[in-house]
Amino acid sequence: MKIVIVGDGKVGYTLTKRLSQEGHDIVVIDNNRSVLLQSQEALDVAVVDGNGASVEVQREAGVGSSDLLIAATSGDETNLLCCMVARKLGCRHTIARVRNPEYDQQTRFLKDELGLSMVINPEKAAALEIFRLLQYPSFLKRDSFAKGSVELVELKIKENNVLANTRLDQFRTLSNVNALVCAVERGGMVSIPKGSFSLQVGDKLTIATDAGDLVRLIKNLGVYTPKAQHVMIIGGSRTAKYLAQRLISSKVKLTIIEKNEKRCQELSETLPEATIVHGNGTEQGLLIEEGIRKMDAVVTLTGMDEENLIVSMFADFIGVPKSVTKINRTEYNNVYENKGIDSIVSPKLLTTNEIIRYVRAMDDTTGGSVVTLYRIVDGKAEALEFSIKNDAPYNNIPLHKLRLKPDILIASIIRARKVIIPSGNDEIRKGDTVIIVTTTDHAIAELRDIFIRDDA
Amino acid sequence: MNIRAIGFYIGHILRIEGVLLVPALLIALFCHERESLHAFGITILILAVLSMALLSLGRRGPFWKRRRDAENSRFGEGIHAREGFVITALGWIALSLFGAFPFYLSGAIPSFVDCWFETVSGFTTTGATILSEIEGLPNSLLYWRSFTHWIGGMGVLVFLLAIIPMSKGNGETFHLLRAESPGPSVGKLTPTMRHTARLLYAIYVALTVIMIGFLLAGGMPLFDSVVHAFATAGTGGFSIKNASIAAYGSHYLQTVIAVFMVLFGVNFNVFYLILCGRASQALRSEELRTYLGIIFGATFLIALNIQPQFSSLGDAFHHSFFQVSSIMTTTGFSTVDFNLWPEFSRMILIALIIIGACAGSTGGGIKVARVIILWKALKGEMQRMLRPRTVRVVCMDGKQLDSHVIRGVFAYMTGFIAVCLLSFLCISIENYDMETTVTSVLTCIGNVGPGLSIVGPMGNFSHFSIVSKLVLSADMLIGRLEIFPFILLFSPTTWKSRT
Repeated sequence: MKIVIVGDGKVGYTLTKRLSQEGHDIVVIDNNRSVLLQSQEALDVAVVDGNGASVEVQREAGVGSSDLLIAATSGDETNLLCCMVARKLGCRHTIARVRNPEYDQQTRFLKDELGLSMVINPEKAAALEIFRLLQYPSFLKRDSFAKGSVELVELKIKENNVLANTRLDQFRTLSNVNALVCAVERGGMVSIPKGSFSLQVGDKLTIATDAGDLVRLIKNLGVYTPKAQHVMIIGGSRTAKYLAQRLISSKVKLTIIEKNEKRCQELSETLPEATIVHGNGTEQGLLIEEGIRKMDAVVTLTGMDEENLIVSMFADFIGVPKSVTKINRTEYNNVYENKGIDSIVSPKLLTTNEIIRYVRAMDDTTGGSVVTLYRIVDGKAEALEFSIKNDAPYNNIPLHKLRLKPDILIASIIRARKVIIPSGNDEIRKGDTVIIVTTTDHAIAELRDIFIRDDA
Repeated sequence: MNIRAIGFYIGHILRIEGVLLVPALLIALFCHERESLHAFGITILILAVLSMALLSLGRRGPFWKRRRDAENSRFGEGIHAREGFVITALGWIALSLFGAFPFYLSGAIPSFVDCWFETVSGFTTTGATILSEIEGLPNSLLYWRSFTHWIGGMGVLVFLLAIIPMSKGNGETFHLLRAESPGPSVGKLTPTMRHTARLLYAIYVALTVIMIGFLLAGGMPLFDSVVHAFATAGTGGFSIKNASIAAYGSHYLQTVIAVFMVLFGVNFNVFYLILCGRASQALRSEELRTYLGIIFGATFLIALNIQPQFSSLGDAFHHSFFQVSSIMTTTGFSTVDFNLWPEFSRMILIALIIIGACAGSTGGGIKVARVIILWKALKGEMQRMLRPRTVRVVCMDGKQLDSHVIRGVFAYMTGFIAVCLLSFLCISIENYDMETTVTSVLTCIGNVGPGLSIVGPMGNFSHFSIVSKLVLSADMLIGRLEIFPFILLFSPTTWKSRT
């Protein structure tokens, strides 16, 4: 597909990189030449220098004949204008990043009236992600599939856990839930484990399970942590505001620490139920005074990665059960692991993931191709969702008779809204939704790509 | 320095050269030329073995099969600007070195330095020859000699980028394109490198085929047509006749060649834009207009100047146009001995040797685009002297030029002058006249071919000593790769480890 990306900032660059790796033809527009030069040197893309909202520049980039325009500049208005111009030039799909909460209300209007295919708000997406994590603090990460009926959750084996030093085939008896371990990360390496795999302390498991079984799963595994009731948010950013609104509506007691006094007043005005504290959130004295020790969870949302990291580490150090850290620069994520930083949320990655999912879905033309795609375990593995629309040679054959390529696992099958965590006797039928997990690099575009061909 | 990546690319270059030698081998077989058949066979064998060895060096971590999570493990540190320069420079040296083997092994040219000079002259599309008796060479060697022009014209790395599988989304190869493509700044025509490279070659092949058609229509034999089309397309200038194009008395053939020389001296972006239906944008290009303007201006002035030597004004214009387009595009064909022309015309030709063709074409020289940038920058500076507070940005085609592009042009000019002066000194040891000394260097660094006096269109480079031939062949490589890749190859900083 031909894709034009306006804005070569954090999100723009990540998107460019991912999409060009997936083999799309990318043209990047930005008015900063030095970043363009960088993109051109590192990635196989064409660049156009200029204002992305101008018709002339868009013509030069060939927007009229392209399939998709993604506007990810820092200005909401610029992004919207980019998309409108692109629509008029004949671009098929447009995606705009709009982050101003005042425009957030009119997402529907923008889509319907301005012809935008998708409006994406990174801060809001991050807030939602954090909210989902705070509902089940035991999990490091949650991704939902098949319209929310299946969840892929990440769990770390801590000391004294029942799972430590057990073989994987005992997992089902221990958890007593319909669940499957899809991937194990140990020492930075991800593998798809077999039944004989022995679990150790420090392993990060990715588990597929029915969304309704989440509570039972963590209770049976003895890692149940109740839903966070007292939450402290450091940094009163936009994300904090979106998150606070959601937390307050689910009756969570909330403390927000913010440096800027004016911002504090604004927050206090819109969030009367929350305790707003004016002060430096990195000051230990203040944190202790505001009762950080008694919190169920600490969420660090300042604009500085370093501050967020150090406060989260401090929270872990004094025994706060859950901390969520917002990180913009994700390339160092491996370094933070095992340093008390459990859950990392990156608005940039969330935004790119959401857009990539949209792009993949645009590509979807035949039955049996990818519906959604998630990069899991820091992008070291992929989870893909397929819906089986047609008859295929692999249908109605028990799984143990089919031969899968290495490093691929069928995580679950959804049939008539019921989740099946498959064993060897299950089979894929027409109309099913199938979720697979893989660590291979081979691009899997269709479900038949996962099987070893017999005809060869 | 990422030795494995360099080995990998050089290996690929050698393998491609081996494949490109096959047509010459077939011609040798077809024409029953035993010596050259052996020579080509042995060269291909050597290339095959060597490229296998180099490729296996690079293949320890095949980089298109890399894992996503191990992005850094591929080729160690990856390819950066300096690997790009080194691959380009070494690649061209290796290409010329092995390209010289057939001449040497067949015994057609007894001295290896002469073979090397001839091959470098071929690949760099210079067209300077050490052969005084060209027509005595076997057909297969004549073919190979002209084919080197065609390969060198668009560049072997561009060819490489068009055919070898690259990992998706990887922009590292941009360093290669930049190091090999002529011009002050390099842009891709299409988003992906592979597509751009293929497009460039598609335009190149199409133009060459059209030209062969025109030459055949003028009654030139097939072999001659193909060989001359190769030499024109690469703006090289090797002819298979001692008297160059003058050997074909036909005005039609000379005009066809002159027009195609002008076409191959045009930036290939222009052709791409015309193909995309954006002809008006293409024709507005400042460089194209200046290029055509210089050609017409020079043709006019020379025609008036040489008119007394010809029977009619039409004849004067014909030969003037042919010679101007041949020299300006750095091809180097000749229809007459312009060494006998008046001083004014010869001076104009020397100026054209220095200016050269458009950026992004197959021609050499310092390129019209650079001349325009230099002129504009100079104008701006002069204005600033008079009115120190004026702000003036250098624009081209209505767009502001980046300061690093202008800086690059100044650096290029300084390097160009320094290399010229050093080469003048080396050649002057031979104690020829000033004209020979100066024009032989200029014509080699500008990839033109003929100069004046001894190295004029009817002369050749066989009189020079071995040292001078090596200096001149180095000049040709320096000129083709735009000064820096070659010089940086010998800079110690290039080889220091990144610590």
